[in-house]
Amino acid sequence: MNLFKQTATELVSALKTKQTSAVELCSSYLKKIADLNPELNAFISFNSEAVLKRAQTLDDQKEKKGKLHGLPIAVKDNFCVTGTQTTAGSKMLEHFISPYTATCIEKLEREGAIVIGKTNMDEFAMGSSNENSFFGPCKNPWNLKYVPGGSSGGSAAAVAAGLSPVAIGSDTGGSIRQPASYCGVVGIKPTYGSISRYGLIAFASSLDQAGPIARNVSDAALILDVMIDRDEKDSTSVDRKQPSLAQLKKAAKGSLKIGLPKEYFSQHLEKTTQNKIKELLENLQKDGFQTVELNLSLTEMAIPVYYIVASSEASSNLSRFDGVRYGFRNKDQSGLSDLSDFYKKTRSVGFGDEVKRRILLGTYSLSSGYYDEYYIQAARVRRLMANEFTSAFKKCDVILTPTAIGAAFPLGDQAHDPIKMYFNDIYTVTANLCGLPAISLPLGLDDNKLPIGVQLMAPLFAEKAMLEMALAIEDCVQFKGLTQ
Amino acid sequence: MSKEYDVVIGLEIHAQLSTQSKCFSSASTDFNSGHNENVSLVCAGFPGTLPVLNQQAVDLAIKAALALNCEIQTVSVFARKQYFYPDMPKGYQLTQYEFPIARNGFVEFFLNGEPHRVPLERAHMEEDAGKSTHHGEYTLINLNRAGVPLLEIVSQPALTSAVEAAAYARAVRQALRYAEVCDGNLEEGSLRCDCNVSIKPKGQQELGTKVELKNINSFRFIEKAIDYEIQRQVQCLKSGEEIIQETRLYDSVKNKTFSMRKKEEANDYRYFPDPDLMPLILNNEDILKISRQLPEGPIARRTRFTKHYQLNDQDAELLVSERELADYFENLVNITQDPKLSCSWLTVEFLRLFNESGQKWHELKLTSQNFADLILKIKMGELSGKMAKEVFETMWVTGQTPQAVIQEKGMVQIKDVSQIEAWIDGIIKENPKMVLDYQSGKEKLFGFFVGQVMKLSGGQASPEIVNQTLKKRLKK
Repeated sequence: MNLFKQTATELVSALKTKQTSAVELCSSYLKKIADLNPELNAFISFNSEAVLKRAQTLDDQKEKKGKLHGLPIAVKDNFCVTGTQTTAGSKMLEHFISPYTATCIEKLEREGAIVIGKTNMDEFAMGSSNENSFFGPCKNPWNLKYVPGGSSGGSAAAVAAGLSPVAIGSDTGGSIRQPASYCGVVGIKPTYGSISRYGLIAFASSLDQAGPIARNVSDAALILDVMIDRDEKDSTSVDRKQPSLAQLKKAAKGSLKIGLPKEYFSQHLEKTTQNKIKELLENLQKDGFQTVELNLSLTEMAIPVYYIVASSEASSNLSRFDGVRYGFRNKDQSGLSDLSDFYKKTRSVGFGDEVKRRILLGTYSLSSGYYDEYYIQAARVRRLMANEFTSAFKKCDVILTPTAIGAAFPLGDQAHDPIKMYFNDIYTVTANLCGLPAISLPLGLDDNKLPIGVQLMAPLFAEKAMLEMALAIEDCVQFKGLTQ
Repeated sequence: MSKEYDVVIGLEIHAQLSTQSKCFSSASTDFNSGHNENVSLVCAGFPGTLPVLNQQAVDLAIKAALALNCEIQTVSVFARKQYFYPDMPKGYQLTQYEFPIARNGFVEFFLNGEPHRVPLERAHMEEDAGKSTHHGEYTLINLNRAGVPLLEIVSQPALTSAVEAAAYARAVRQALRYAEVCDGNLEEGSLRCDCNVSIKPKGQQELGTKVELKNINSFRFIEKAIDYEIQRQVQCLKSGEEIIQETRLYDSVKNKTFSMRKKEEANDYRYFPDPDLMPLILNNEDILKISRQLPEGPIARRTRFTKHYQLNDQDAELLVSERELADYFENLVNITQDPKLSCSWLTVEFLRLFNESGQKWHELKLTSQNFADLILKIKMGELSGKMAKEVFETMWVTGQTPQAVIQEKGMVQIKDVSQIEAWIDGIIKENPKMVLDYQSGKEKLFGFFVGQVMKLSGGQASPEIVNQTLKKRLKK
């Protein structure tokens, strides 16, 4: 049996029937990581010894009750996991060892999952290419000269390259979906509040959501189902009491109506992506799925609104990294004139350029005299956008859009143009601003043999319908990933 | 203070809500814990941690606000007040800003017998910061206080003198202690007070520039600091100087205020609603439930004491000044059925020793039952005033019953019937009219005769025998 070709769902059942063991599985994956990671740079850290020890413990257990018993999972490095280096891709936390585990990772572990390593990411999840990592950029496994997307680039690349059957990412403006799209894998951002944020190092609290990255929709749903839960440690988490997402059926022909917002198919969109989506829609229509054109007129506001809201919250969330209690502190204490000098020295060196840029932007937006014009205004537009989606969902069950304007771009190509970089998120930020569930799944390859993704969005808490539609699309597209 | 200037004072009082755990984490609030013992990952602002609002803190805040006659807001919002300081782990303080939990309200009190009512602007919940101590080359941080729940009570700028401001602060403390929401301990920092002081030429509508006084840790210092500050501002204006909007610290040793920071040096706090917490939504039913649990306040109790127990204003006010004292008084009266005598012993002898010893209420050895028994003995004339005082002082120290003290002290009772008869006969002879009155039905006079016998016996005659013999002898 080729373990690397097996889906997570298949591996879980192989583990249950003892066709393989957690130790065998983990050591195979660890070996592959050791071989490929130096070039790919998908992982910031992994501890083979600890992983194998846990695998052995799980193998020794007589009853293998956990839904994920023995399954290796790669975890983005902004999730706290006890005893692991948890860096958030930053020099600021280069040597930070977390004393606790994030609730959603704990839930996976309780079902028998094994955290196989911590994956690379843009610093504090700020970026769309993984080039903002203090630990160097992760590469796109389809072509090492290209970016894997970001900020969960390491997680998407790890799954695409077969270094882990599944991975966990976080998505603040597209950070799961866009790299999933660039790496030819599936990524889900669930409804805001579905998965506890406790233990996820905050970027923008009102937008951040954790989610799975996997090779196919069923694998992603399997992981998502375990992660979703109300957590009393997170006041924004909700009690969904929803039906299980583990037992999904492909949407029956013609059962759902697909909305197509025309603002998402504007001139920004690259030709190949446009054509691929057109092709997909024709096939879906053949299968009896109705489509309806939508107007989401506030779409052009999404990027400015997102960057004000996200940066404002980030500027505040990142204040705790001050060198006082943990993390990086500038050892150069010479010529410290006062307390503010202490902060300046530590934070100027500890944070990278993009993080500093957003802290400045956010600090400005919240400053007295500008607060009403920027933050409050953005919050208002955000509410209107949510209303617009609510109306749109009266006309359709799911909304289909491209995930990004095209496929991955070459490393270094956009690194010096932050505004251009920000437009990578143009189709994904709305789901975060409005709290909606969204998924990206592979649509095909472009002329450079790089993957392109398609995105589905659904009403709040309508993950089930969204995933069933995704299964239908997956079936229609028949995408072949790198591991197949 | 000054005949040419109006004084305008507003107070911001920070009261620690008496919760078991902190405002947003499960860490303990125990004052007696060692350095940094009460610190959870949330209090220390670890990456990825989130605040969860303590329901007990909310309930106590509501109760406190109701005790201050405030209108409880059904929607309130926690904001982040942002600035860097090493003892503030998150880089921001969680505090209600635009939408406080309570608005309006008022505090009533008596000052020199005159009723005062000070209107409140608002009361809002917030978390405390930690504590930094500076040791020359280095600074130590203790996060035990970080995240402790506070209620900030903001008065309207309606106070007009230092004395009134101090009386108001005392009244707030009293109201909070009555409602059992704050222990009001100034030394431990569970009550802190900032004073905003400004002056303006008499009659002028527009307010003068306000100066904020911080770091005042006693009621006496509130008065002194404000008085100093008014003088300083008057001097400023008289010498043609401008008053600068600033924060000043009070130095109680020098009895002076010092500039801490000017307004332009103040931080831009960049307040915005905390996205980690949902708005706090309260329903009227829950508010009503808490209002039903609210015990009688000091003002209501004062009125009841004057009406029901017929105490005078001064005594009533003194008794209600501390809830424990008022409770103790009522315990005494329940047994002695004599409000006046109980009040007098409590406010004179008891308070003298209480204040001298500096004891706390929970450290008291003298139970109200034993104290009441002593008062009853005094009332029955079983002890002379001098003896009673001696017995009381011993009881204070040992916590014994009056009977035990009397025996121990060898205050032996005289049981010699012929001796007692002799005293009684003498008294009957000297008070023929009293005897007649008694015999014609004025039975209240019996106490008088008992008292007379006790007086002659130096309080040592056995009350039992005195009673029996008197009854016999006074019969026609």
